[in-house]
Amino acid sequence: MSDPIPFRPYAAGTQPSLDSPDYLGTRKRHPRHSLHKLPHTITETIGPAFSPALFPPMADMTTIDGRRALGERIIVAGRITDEDGRPVPNTMVEIWQANATGRYHHPADQHDAPLDPNFSGAGRVFTDADGRYKVLTIRPGAYPWPNHKNAWRPSHIHFSFFGPAFATRLVTQMYFPGDPLLAFDPIYNAVLDQAARQQLVSVFDFDITQPDYALGFRFDVVLRGRGATPMEH
Amino acid sequence: MTAATASQTIGPYWHLIEDKSWADLTRFGAEGERIVLTGAVIDGDGAPFADGCVEIWQADPPASDSFPGFGRSVIDRYGNYHLVTMKPGPVPGRGNAQQAPHIAICILGRGLMHHLVTRAYFDGETLNATDPLLTSIEEPARRATLIARNDAPGVWRLDIRLQGGNETVFLDI
Ligand SMILES: [Fe+2]
Repeated sequence: MSDPIPFRPYAAGTQPSLDSPDYLGTRKRHPRHSLHKLPHTITETIGPAFSPALFPPMADMTTIDGRRALGERIIVAGRITDEDGRPVPNTMVEIWQANATGRYHHPADQHDAPLDPNFSGAGRVFTDADGRYKVLTIRPGAYPWPNHKNAWRPSHIHFSFFGPAFATRLVTQMYFPGDPLLAFDPIYNAVLDQAARQQLVSVFDFDITQPDYALGFRFDVVLRGRGATPMEH
Repeated sequence: MTAATASQTIGPYWHLIEDKSWADLTRFGAEGERIVLTGAVIDGDGAPFADGCVEIWQADPPASDSFPGFGRSVIDRYGNYHLVTMKPGPVPGRGNAQQAPHIAICILGRGLMHHLVTRAYFDGETLNATDPLLTSIEEPARRATLIARNDAPGVWRLDIRLQGGNETVFLDI
């Protein structure tokens, strides 16, 4: 049996270091040993397949039982491709976020900002055959966190992607263009490569914006591509 | 070529997408040898890695309508995770190698800017002695951090130490 085609290593500097000391939470949670190199086997080159039948989509996060959430309604849409620009079809995307006031619908979040009973903050969609996804939600608020004096997270939406393999797993955060808090955020700035950091910032897009209804933001995502086979150059 | 999108921490509020049933990979009716994979995840202070999650993926038995091959367990305030799955069999390695039965593990949580990857092997498997990954780890004590112990019938325990003494071997995949 021929060896599975491995996925390419991450490009240097494009992924944050596990040891990102400005984000205090990393200090006791990053391994001190270097990671042990594992050439990809079938375990890494295939992955779970989620079916919409067993994992039902929730593409509209703006209403609960027909009652509408407060805040600025937005459409977030984009395309998931691999590093060679090929679409990643039929893959599950998990989404979660704070409400318009910057508070998560979770008991652990004690930020003194109002909860919205009509906003749970969780979504799930699947990409189409061309790798495209779309979700309707509310623009999340910024919120304080105890990392340093007067620390505020920029408005962000959490995303989880699976892609075709265990090796393509990605959990990340989407930010909004022009947010003045980005410059001060140790989580965003843990990505040292400027272009890679910029990829995390969505783009305002009139093509996604629906007249008289909601602003649109484009968030395109790139998952790891397969390395060259021995036959290629 | 555009580089793969950067990882960001899953943060403390991924619970919004938590579905406790995902911790049981046999919930769709898989038939065969069920096992529990459990243990504690501990940080560099010896404190529980609370609020995080452990995801598992296994190539064997093959994923199907009755077995997703993927599961996710919360890490509770004591640091414990708990998954129900099927005992994996051996799977092919690279070249002519055979890999010992194993489960791939992904750890996510607050303070992790990128998920950590490791594996659970099973104590007592003959193939452990020739497994390409296990044999590539020279120090026996380091190698042992990947081997789950049989705590009780059908219950396998693997503790995961993120940093410091007895630190788990994490993988660059
Ligand atoms: Fe957040």
